Amino acid sequence: MNILTLFVLIPVVTMLAIGFSKSMKSIRVVAAIGMGIQLILAAFLVYAYLTERAAGNTAEMLFTYDALWFPSLNIHYSIGVDGISVAMIALTAVVVFAGIFASWEVEYLSKEFFISLILLASGVFGFFISIDLFTMLLFYELAVIPMYLLIGIWGSGPKEYSAMKLTLMLMGGSALLMVGLLGIYFYSAPDGTPLTWNLLEISKNTIPIEMQRFLFPFTFIGFGILGALFPFHTWSPDGHASAPTAVSMLHAGVLMKLGGYGAFRVAIFLMPDAAQEQAWIFLLLTGTSVVYGAFGAIFQKDLKYINAYSSVSHCGLVLFAILMMNQTALNGAVIQMISHGLMTALFFALIGMIYGRTHTRLINEMGGLMKVMPFLSVVYVIAGLASLGLPGLSGFVAEMTIFIGSFQHTDSFHRMLTIIAAASIVITAVYILRVVATLLYGPIRNDHYNHLTDARWFEKLSTVTLLVCIAAIGIAPLWLSDMINFSLAPIVTKLSMATSSFVSIF
Amino acid sequence: MNAYSYTLLIPLIPLFVFLLIGLTGHKYKPSISGLIGTAGLLVVTVLSYMTAISYFWTDHIAGTAYTSLKVFEIDWLHLTEFLTINLGILLDPISVMMLVVISTVSFMVHIYSLGYMKGEKGFARFYAFLSLFSFSMLGLVLATNIFQMYIFWELVGVSSYLLIGFYYTKPSAVSASKKAFIVTRFADLGFLIGILMLSFMTNTFDFQTLVSSDSPALSHMGGATFLGLSTLTWALTLVFIGGAGKSAMFPLHIWLPDAMEGPTPVSALIHAATMVVAGVYLVARLFPLYSMVAPDALVIVAWVGGISSLFAAIIACTQYDIKRVLAYSTMSQIGYMMLALGVSGYGGHDGLGFMASNWHLFTHAMFKALLFLGAGAIIHSVHSNDMREMGNLRKYLPITHLTFLIGCLTIAGIPPLSGFFSKDEILAAALHANPALFAIEYLVAGITAFYMFRLYFNVFWGKSTHYHHTPHESPLVMTIPLMVLAFGAVFSGFLPFNELVTSDGLPFEAHINYSVAIPSVLIAAFGILVAYMMYRKESLVPEKIATSLGAFYRGAYHKFYMDELYLFVTHKIIFRYISQPVAWFDRNIVDGTMNLIGYSIEKASYMIKGFQSGRVQQYGYVFVTGAVALVIIFVFIW
Repeated sequence: MNILTLFVLIPVVTMLAIGFSKSMKSIRVVAAIGMGIQLILAAFLVYAYLTERAAGNTAEMLFTYDALWFPSLNIHYSIGVDGISVAMIALTAVVVFAGIFASWEVEYLSKEFFISLILLASGVFGFFISIDLFTMLLFYELAVIPMYLLIGIWGSGPKEYSAMKLTLMLMGGSALLMVGLLGIYFYSAPDGTPLTWNLLEISKNTIPIEMQRFLFPFTFIGFGILGALFPFHTWSPDGHASAPTAVSMLHAGVLMKLGGYGAFRVAIFLMPDAAQEQAWIFLLLTGTSVVYGAFGAIFQKDLKYINAYSSVSHCGLVLFAILMMNQTALNGAVIQMISHGLMTALFFALIGMIYGRTHTRLINEMGGLMKVMPFLSVVYVIAGLASLGLPGLSGFVAEMTIFIGSFQHTDSFHRMLTIIAAASIVITAVYILRVVATLLYGPIRNDHYNHLTDARWFEKLSTVTLLVCIAAIGIAPLWLSDMINFSLAPIVTKLSMATSSFVSIF
Repeated sequence: MNAYSYTLLIPLIPLFVFLLIGLTGHKYKPSISGLIGTAGLLVVTVLSYMTAISYFWTDHIAGTAYTSLKVFEIDWLHLTEFLTINLGILLDPISVMMLVVISTVSFMVHIYSLGYMKGEKGFARFYAFLSLFSFSMLGLVLATNIFQMYIFWELVGVSSYLLIGFYYTKPSAVSASKKAFIVTRFADLGFLIGILMLSFMTNTFDFQTLVSSDSPALSHMGGATFLGLSTLTWALTLVFIGGAGKSAMFPLHIWLPDAMEGPTPVSALIHAATMVVAGVYLVARLFPLYSMVAPDALVIVAWVGGISSLFAAIIACTQYDIKRVLAYSTMSQIGYMMLALGVSGYGGHDGLGFMASNWHLFTHAMFKALLFLGAGAIIHSVHSNDMREMGNLRKYLPITHLTFLIGCLTIAGIPPLSGFFSKDEILAAALHANPALFAIEYLVAGITAFYMFRLYFNVFWGKSTHYHHTPHESPLVMTIPLMVLAFGAVFSGFLPFNELVTSDGLPFEAHINYSVAIPSVLIAAFGILVAYMMYRKESLVPEKIATSLGAFYRGAYHKFYMDELYLFVTHKIIFRYISQPVAWFDRNIVDGTMNLIGYSIEKASYMIKGFQSGRVQQYGYVFVTGAVALVIIFVFIW
């Protein structure tokens, strides 16, 4: 059996096993085992992928498998991975694994909770292995729908409102996407040949520029909404704030990456000419959102809102780099997706753990937590340092690759925007250090906090898993960056052939 | 592998010690962590001295220039076709000199802290952070390329942040650490943009390529100008802004006095001897480039240095916290070093300023670390930072008194102590290049002598203060480092810097410039004399002088309101007029629009749902009306 199919199959088997489990204990053990296997499998996939590449296999996609499942529209179950998707799959496996342990103590309807969570994960895995656009969209929807239930049922605060808002906005994105993808399908092959949904097949064909101009915004915004494209990002603060811990982790850590991945893999890859033409509009939007999100974060009082705005800023940088359309910036965008996924998952895990103890997320009500929960606090500080781009942790590698890549652009408009985006490193430092200083340092503000306990074993496991990945990428980024670079090369070649009709407005 | 492969251990040992103490430090007694850290630094010191001896003397062929050796390098990250971030080790006169400075001071501080920090909560954490700092600082000076330097630049910044905020339950320490990090981060943004511009133009990060005589930067000397300066000058000025932030140059200095909230050994190591001179080191590292392609940027460097040194010296005369006096003094002395670089030329005797700057960096590291550790010993025995609560301490602290006096005489520039020689060369270089700057520095030399002896007389002489506990001399573990550093402060003036650390690697003739030396010793002696008359015994004279100076004194006492200015800009302007409106705009306008869309759809559907009433009569009525309307349209209008 194809190794990639296992990534969808294991979650299904796990869900069935959870369905037959009786006690709460066995439910979470089954979930942990299933996702543990998934994590090992992902590690094996990285290893197998690198071995194949080392053996000289230069095919664009590896481990491919193709089966026709809806002949009249020529829809295939077509899968395969390159360096970029391998990296995203590994990220997903790590975040899901950590997420299971972060929700170890979910008691209310725990069976349904874990099933929905794993269903969401299987959608994400399916999305990343797909080459067929239709199947990709199908998996995408599969990932979005459980989100509604997870927030609506297990959430906190105005959870119905948040769940509805999040789902409707993402569905709005899907609607735009559907238009875009259908358009791509109808222009996927030259006249006289059968139409196809296959990404690689379509990329060999050039979609007429008039159609690209029309379809690109639909596709890019459609995916961009999921990737928190300004001004369509407002589902994110409310959604994250209401979502239970593991869902926030998965959502910010992985699901938002579907947006960036799709924007790059589908919108820009298939329609490079329109992308060149229209990039400046979106560059302005994303460049703004990098700084805007950071400024927004300074003023928030709720830990989850701070992190949600921080995500707007960091994900803005992903889309920003994608639109630069050169190899280094694109590489940086992929690393940033992974880095942000790990960091933000770690943040949401920690916030959930702190909230579980203090029952508040308002930073002004807390203080001096370092004294009572040193482990969680130290991890929080490290996560914060990663977020503000400290060398040795993943954020630095991603940001620097993006800044240097973007600054290589020959047009001074792009370079000016890069400088503006780079200014976010200062603003990020302000809001991160503000949180660390108020939340963790200083005297303890509330006497009840003296009796709080530090992290339990499953919490340590969850956070340490994420932390190790963050540090590993930060210390030795070369293998990851080279793996991505190799797969970017053919894409960048195609992009550079696009007629560069960009007219500088400055 | 080559003869210098062992230098790889110099940064790696502290890193290993940091990880060891950080991960396992809570499992054993705190004192063991201290011993592990100190032992690690002992090895580093031995290796650094070995490197220095073989680089400067045994491996060097007399008469030839000192070259820069890249003894180790790995690829860390591939960026573009040309740009790769490497991590490696570069040995050249300034980096080897810095190895000696860092390892000596760091080792002394490690020993000293065994006594000073004894019994503190978080003793192991302190040593872990010290090791992290030593690793970062060593990595910074050994960097082979500008990006590696930036990496370690950020790491020293975070070590400094962690150590300033060591007493994390104390609000003032927490806010000081935050301030230090954010101000330097702001300056680092300049550094980063400078790197981006520089690498965009030259397609390299490598120092050896950048500063070589056929540097790729040379082909970009012309080209577009912005506000009268070429792109390259802008790039190098931005890089200098990064250095100015780290080195606490005006107007980015505001974090340094507050950084004194950290434990005193940290102030001695990071905020006096090593990290704060990183900015000087950065300019020195790129000096040939500045000199070749952007002399305008050097003028900026010189003036920033000159203004900072005068500004800080004036403030230092009015402060009562002994650590803050020393902090302003540090800023002032680093101003000297920057100025020396700014007025220097390249090659031979023209490079006098370059040599003087590095020499002063070296001697300053010794005497300022000595002064800080001495201040630590004083604070340790009287449990106060305020010199108004001290007096007559010479009786109680004989060793501290003597070594502190040596430190004061050295910084004042009294021959034959080391400060005299290095300062003399700086003044000579300034006089040669820019008389106005010379005048400033000459004045500062006098002020320096005055404020240091104001401190000295206030603490060790002056009024006989009543102490709750009789102050007692510190243990040997603290006084031995004082004696070692005093030795360095006295004798490092006799090192032949003009043969070892020069701008082009070749030795040149340097001698004492009597026309500069004699007046500068006189003004220093005058400063000491004034301080003697004012503070030797308790008197009302200082009070009267302060009153007669009026607004000027109050301004200096309040540090010329720089902190208030920054607070105004950050809190009032950025927070209130940018951040708060952004947050409001997002929650109300952007999100409000989304909610409005949702709301209008809901309302609209509520309105049209009346059409689906289920009443047959209504359907019939609509059907007939519609049919008639269509008929009218088709028959009459079409």
